[in-house]
Amino acid sequence: MALLEVDNVHAYYGKIQALKDISITVEKGEIVTLIGGNGAGKSTTLKTISGLLRPKEGRILLEGKDITELPAHQIVTTGVVQVPEGRRIFGQLTVTENLDMGGFTCRNKKLIKENIDRVFGLFPRLKERSRQVAGTLSGGEQQMLAMGRAMMTDPKILLLDEPSMGLAPVLVDLIFETIQKLNDAGTTILLVEQNARMALGIANRGYVLQTGVILLADSSENLNKNEMVRKAYMGES
Amino acid sequence: MFQRWKDSITPTDIVMWMIGGSMLLMIVWGSVATLVEGKYTGRHWVDFVIFGLAQGSIYALIATGYTMVYGVLRMINFAHGEVFMSGPFTAYYAAAAMYRTDFLDNHPFMALMVIFLVAMSVSTTIAFFLEKVAYRPLRGAPRLIPLITAIGASFFLQYLFRGLYGSGVQAYPVIKVLEGQWMIFGIRILKFQVVVILAAILLMVGLYSFIMLTRVGKAIRAVSEDKEASALMGINVDGMISTTFVIGGMAAGAAGVLYALMFKQVHFFMGFIPGIKAFTAAVLGGIGNIPGAMLGGIFLGLIESVGPSLFLDGLGIPAPYQLKDAIAFTMLVLVLIFRPTGIMGERLAVKKA
Ligand SMILES: Nc1ncnc2c1ncn2[C@@H]1O[C@H](COP(=O)(O)OP(=O)(O)OP(=O)(O)O)[C@@H](O)[C@H]1O
Ligand SMILES: [Mg+2]
Repeated sequence: MALLEVDNVHAYYGKIQALKDISITVEKGEIVTLIGGNGAGKSTTLKTISGLLRPKEGRILLEGKDITELPAHQIVTTGVVQVPEGRRIFGQLTVTENLDMGGFTCRNKKLIKENIDRVFGLFPRLKERSRQVAGTLSGGEQQMLAMGRAMMTDPKILLLDEPSMGLAPVLVDLIFETIQKLNDAGTTILLVEQNARMALGIANRGYVLQTGVILLADSSENLNKNEMVRKAYMGES
Repeated sequence: MFQRWKDSITPTDIVMWMIGGSMLLMIVWGSVATLVEGKYTGRHWVDFVIFGLAQGSIYALIATGYTMVYGVLRMINFAHGEVFMSGPFTAYYAAAAMYRTDFLDNHPFMALMVIFLVAMSVSTTIAFFLEKVAYRPLRGAPRLIPLITAIGASFFLQYLFRGLYGSGVQAYPVIKVLEGQWMIFGIRILKFQVVVILAAILLMVGLYSFIMLTRVGKAIRAVSEDKEASALMGINVDGMISTTFVIGGMAAGAAGVLYALMFKQVHFFMGFIPGIKAFTAAVLGGIGNIPGAMLGGIFLGLIESVGPSLFLDGLGIPAPYQLKDAIAFTMLVLVLIFRPTGIMGERLAVKKA
């Protein structure tokens, strides 16, 4: 049984259809990437999984259990955690308070402390700035915080929406290394990226999305070789 | 640099600054004239200040409700004055009953606890259902719609309580231990004013610590910033909005009791003026900012109390105390001209950017 199954999902914003019959499976322990251009529906797919948007048709299954109708805050407790596009950290809360919010669903103070230490271990920069108001962090630090915040509950699957957006190459490398580390430690990952080259470099499999439809689904290796993918998403002519 | 500054000024700005400037000038002139005249002694000023602090701390407590609700919903809950009224108006009947049975005189502390408990429970309940029934169905509607609903809810609650308890003014029973005065550092202070100030400070410290330090308090701040991101953290956003109304209701109910202790009467319309004043205080402090609302309330109470004698007496205005409401709203205009974000509004401005 797949860890996460998106089953023939149709989603709308008002009357505009954003997703048309999307089906995605993610097996336990995998890194799966979703690539596609602007407005393809990548973020919308993640939002329907995390419960921010209700699909009009179709189902979302986690370990075989239907989570389609659960409100977003309850989906978090099932182990599905999303890092939204554009980080969306709480700018007026301190770094530590942001991490506390990441662990909101966890009532065990000791476990929260352990998880905070784990995040600080991955991102020592955050530790140095633990009492700083998060709005004054640099873009890279904010991305680290957004990811750290999502790790506070030890999710089964992490949904990452363009974690490399707007970052300098060094930081992009750091973020991708961290994704790999998290995956090695057992977290399953669904990664949305515009940086197809990097994403396919790290993922086991990938889906190519265009205007709300899945165009291709294949192993990263094959997608890397695919001429259409190279042209459209890796800037080759 | 100077050029840029010059370019960004519009004729409206200049007119506003002139209005503001002349108001300021009158205030300064009036104050100087009053002080030179020397009609009021130091004793008077101390009395004004203490009364102002007591009145202001009541405004401050109500204002926290406006500002917190604005924080989570970006709307002004114009029915908050009625939330404030509902508690002490209901608790009046408990107080009267305890007075009749002499419980109030024999166990004043216990009786006061009962009054607070009744008032805070009623205000909290009203606030909770107000949000659930009137505002929640409008979540996501254009901003004007909940605003109009709030005004409607305000009238509804006024007339509901008028229907329940009648339209008369009810005199709150006097609590004897709070009558009289204390000498503190050689200053004569009315007992109930001290109690009002201390109780309000205690409540505000409690409320602020709750918001800053507890798990739920942090979640309320998170929801104020970003509801979607909060939901993605597993925070029940609707639950936090309810909690915000509950906290605001508790503060308003307690403020209502303090108000009844000070003015010794309640009626169905008693929430209107304090409600508007507290709203003004919240704007003065920078709406959305909790310490700002507290400071704004105390500032407004002080200005209202000291202002008429200080600013207006020297200008030869015959009955300056009749104009205290005008002073309160003049302060609002001045602050909005010179500091549109309120006294402590920087953070909100940064957030919007
Ligand atoms: N809140 C919304 N209301 C209405 N339409 C929306 C909303 N959010 C997204 N859309 C539309 O849905 C479509 C898919 O958007 P989505 O954000 O999923 O794209 P994306 O693949 O994440 O793009 P990008 O790489 O630019 O983030 C777009 O046409 C977009 O305009
Ligand atoms: Mg997107």
